[in-house]
Amino acid sequence: MSKVLENLRYADSHEWVLVEGDVATVGITDYAQHALGNIVYVDMPEAGDEVTAGEEFGAVESVKAASDLISPVSGEVLEVNEALEDAPELINEDAFANWIMKVKISDASEIENLLDAAAYAKVCEE
Amino acid sequence: MSNKFIPHTQADIERMLAKVGVSSIDDLYADIPAEVIFNRDYNIPSAMSEIEIRKYFNELGNKNETLTVFAGSGAYDHYSPSVISHLLTRSEFYTAYTPYQPEISQGTLQYIFEYQSIISELTGMECANASMYDGSTAAAEVAFMMVASARKKNRVLVSATLLPRVLEVVKTYAKFHGIDITEIPEKEGVTDLAALDTLLEAGDVAGAILPTPNRYGIIEDYSGVADKLHAAKALLGIYADPSALAVLRSPKEWGADIACGEGQTLGMPLSFGGPYLGFIACSQAQLRKMPGRVVGATTDADGKRAFVLTLQAREQHIRREKATSNICSNQSLMALYATIYVALMGKEGMKEVNIKATAGAHYLFDKLIESGKYEPAFPGKPFLKEFVVKTAGNVAELNKHLAANGFMGGVDLGDGKICLAVTEKRTKAEIDRLITLMTE
Amino acid sequence: MKYYDKLIFELSREGRKGYELPANEFTSNSIDAIPANLLRQEPADLPEVSELDVVRHYTNLSNKNFGVDTGFYPLGSCTMKYNPKINEEVAALPQFGGLHPMQTEETVQGALEVYYNLQRALSEIAGLGEFTLNPYAGAHGELTGLMVMRSYHEQRGDTKRRKVIVPNSAHGTNPASAMVAGLEVVEVKSKPNGSIDVEDLKPLLNDEIAGIMMTNPNTLGMFETEILEIAKLVHEAGGLLYYDGANLNPLLGKARPGDMGFDIMHINLHKTFSTPHGGGGPGSGPVGVRKGLEHLLPNPRVTKDAEGVFHVETGADSLGSISAFFGNFGVMLRAYAYILTLGKENLKMVGPMATLNANYIKENLKDDYLLPIDGVCKHEFVFDGLKDKSTGVTTLNVAKRLLDYGFHAPTIYFPLLFHESMMIEPTETESIETLDEFIEVMHKVAKEARETPDDVKNAPLTTLVRKLDETTAAKHPILNYRTLKAQQA
Repeated sequence: MSKVLENLRYADSHEWVLVEGDVATVGITDYAQHALGNIVYVDMPEAGDEVTAGEEFGAVESVKAASDLISPVSGEVLEVNEALEDAPELINEDAFANWIMKVKISDASEIENLLDAAAYAKVCEE
Repeated sequence: MSNKFIPHTQADIERMLAKVGVSSIDDLYADIPAEVIFNRDYNIPSAMSEIEIRKYFNELGNKNETLTVFAGSGAYDHYSPSVISHLLTRSEFYTAYTPYQPEISQGTLQYIFEYQSIISELTGMECANASMYDGSTAAAEVAFMMVASARKKNRVLVSATLLPRVLEVVKTYAKFHGIDITEIPEKEGVTDLAALDTLLEAGDVAGAILPTPNRYGIIEDYSGVADKLHAAKALLGIYADPSALAVLRSPKEWGADIACGEGQTLGMPLSFGGPYLGFIACSQAQLRKMPGRVVGATTDADGKRAFVLTLQAREQHIRREKATSNICSNQSLMALYATIYVALMGKEGMKEVNIKATAGAHYLFDKLIESGKYEPAFPGKPFLKEFVVKTAGNVAELNKHLAANGFMGGVDLGDGKICLAVTEKRTKAEIDRLITLMTE
Repeated sequence: MKYYDKLIFELSREGRKGYELPANEFTSNSIDAIPANLLRQEPADLPEVSELDVVRHYTNLSNKNFGVDTGFYPLGSCTMKYNPKINEEVAALPQFGGLHPMQTEETVQGALEVYYNLQRALSEIAGLGEFTLNPYAGAHGELTGLMVMRSYHEQRGDTKRRKVIVPNSAHGTNPASAMVAGLEVVEVKSKPNGSIDVEDLKPLLNDEIAGIMMTNPNTLGMFETEILEIAKLVHEAGGLLYYDGANLNPLLGKARPGDMGFDIMHINLHKTFSTPHGGGGPGSGPVGVRKGLEHLLPNPRVTKDAEGVFHVETGADSLGSISAFFGNFGVMLRAYAYILTLGKENLKMVGPMATLNANYIKENLKDDYLLPIDGVCKHEFVFDGLKDKSTGVTTLNVAKRLLDYGFHAPTIYFPLLFHESMMIEPTETESIETLDEFIEVMHKVAKEARETPDDVKNAPLTTLVRKLDETTAAKHPILNYRTLKAQQA
């Protein structure tokens, strides 16, 4: 059974978002890291890039699969988690502690479209 | 019923049909609609014995004329050591499939690793893939790679001094895939770098592909080009002759992000155009965008060094609809060819091939110019084994005259221009004879 | 034999050489005249070894490989049939090997005749009008075929058709080729037996559909019995049918894609026509089209005039060029030699014997392995792993255990329709004795799975190297000797 944290919002493409003021921290969920298996590479954007809700912002690769990362929010990338460049396996160890990027939210209403923990847990059960 | 490639005796067939629970071969095809069943013999020749096959193909072969080749333009008559064909006919190599089961494919995997190492050395780049179909398709895939890497830009520049057949394939691929290709014009036989500056101004360029040597055999000077492209957030790709890279400034030394080209010059027979070998190499930063198979070193459960197909998640068979390349194989046996060739020629031999070919080419060039019947098409431009001269005469007629005397002359570029190539295989006597035929 | 794991670079000794060139007859070394900044700054670190070093090294490497000549290779969808030796002899003839691809037509009539005659033979076998032999591989053929499909619509001014229908059971290359050709993929569902669901297909057909890509028999080895209906529907909607020739082998002598309504197809000469796979290539993927589409085929084309003279032509309506020259000509020589060796008398037996072999294995093993689709298959079939799921032994385990017993593994985890897919294709060149040995070993592995499952789960146990660390390989890629050496230092 995969872990789902209460204080986060989720996209049905298995990204999580932590909203703090106008900054969104984005990662992939425990369910997603389980499904991918051993993660070997995270393709991340660069600080300063613009990301758009519902569009690709990078990719995660495991030994046998590659999966696009879909941004749950729109805005400018403030920071990416450089620790993942050398140690992508951190996501397997703790997907919620090891975020991928921080975004300055340009449209707060987008957050309302995301799932809450209960709704996301249901998505994972399907 | 049985023949040498199909071992089934009548008794075998009956036993097998019984096990399957049908009474005839036709029953195995009962699911095919009657109107689709093919119920006559193919209209092809009758079976031939090996004696007849040998005779037939020898006779067909004799309808060709094997000429002493002085043409290049993408296919060169280099020396091929005897060892290669002997090792390549080891059927453990050539009857294997793609190395999906690494435990029983270490032979293939290791020679691909060695091949990648050799291409990395020649190009100077950090990584190389396991090979591509040919140079032209490798260049097309590099154009796609540049666009995929740039994410939001869709234009790739290609120099007009690339081989026309390579340009043609790049344009065909690009037309269908939906990327924009713009030619950088040529000036006096080399890429017009001032025109490149102008093209970069629009800010929509993902990368540029430039040749070394170019279609006329000229070694172009790309000083400062990488900086210009990088300043415009575009990648530099160099289309190179890997044999010539033993002496020429390497793609890495020009500041390239990607190198590609045609590997036929690594000792492969002309073979009427194929099989040859495409290659792609790139910087570490571009590795994840590089198409094709890649082999990496690792260890097995007992800690032994071993090799394995790796970074497979990049590949089309995983990404399906997200694919920017559909390549799912390589030109493996030709990669082995190139590997054995470079291993035999080694550090010195690779240079010596270039020195000899260049010496022969310059001798031919000088003599043709001395004759007064030819003039340099691009005066003063440096070249190795290939060059272009100009004549007032009829090139097609000249080439017919040469063919009648057992020579393949240079490729007719129009306007009286002839592109001639000399490899280390050409003797002084052959060159002198060619000069006589070309000047009489 | 002792274990050998040296790299050619590790045999290198400064000053050693493995070649000899004639003495330089020319006085000048013209490379010295080239400006220094155009020349290599750092020499390439290439091996320096003797000829015998090279011969032993690669002979030793060859001993670490498994090929069709080593043993049974039941790799589904790959048609690993015997590669006849006469083909190799023909391909090595010097009268072909020394031809420059830009020689004038008059001087290469024999080579053009091979190209032309093979093209005609494939047209007859496929039931299509014309072929190009230029594509280098199956995937390259798919790409070329889809370019033909798009060009057909565009030249008629029908520019809206940018979608292609691909079954969810298709070979992975199909959607990738479509993407590269600039087509959008629309997935059609398969029925439980892998066949296209015609009811699911109907609503997908409209004026934006360029065509459909199919393989028949499908990836479960089952013939698409509704093919005529599908062809009618797609044609009525203005689309074309593309046939992925990966599974052509069982149809030799029994059915032709052209007669089923297919408009475009590719053939893998390295599958159906016995040319070697070469450890991944060179292959050859000729593309055939029905009459009326031949003007779209890629340049150059080889034609024959009324006098029997062969020509190289460049068509103005062609889709363009997809290869520098004429494709992998050496592979064509082999395929043509194969077709002539079997001839009209024997080529027709290829399909039936391949099909008989596959059904024989299937019927013998369905007691221990889960057969999701019962009934007569064609050249291949798929098991969904072991029947007894309680042992925890996976398809991967079974595949690896087969290596211990001297067999190549089947194709595994494809098609994606089942979790534990194991796709077996024996080909017609295998005798009943070989099939019986394989069947016996498969039963033995099933028994081990029940009784000593750890032996299967830890397999392979007896191969030269054992299970590889693929995660580290992907996480910290070491892709050449330079990196390896730096890491060892």
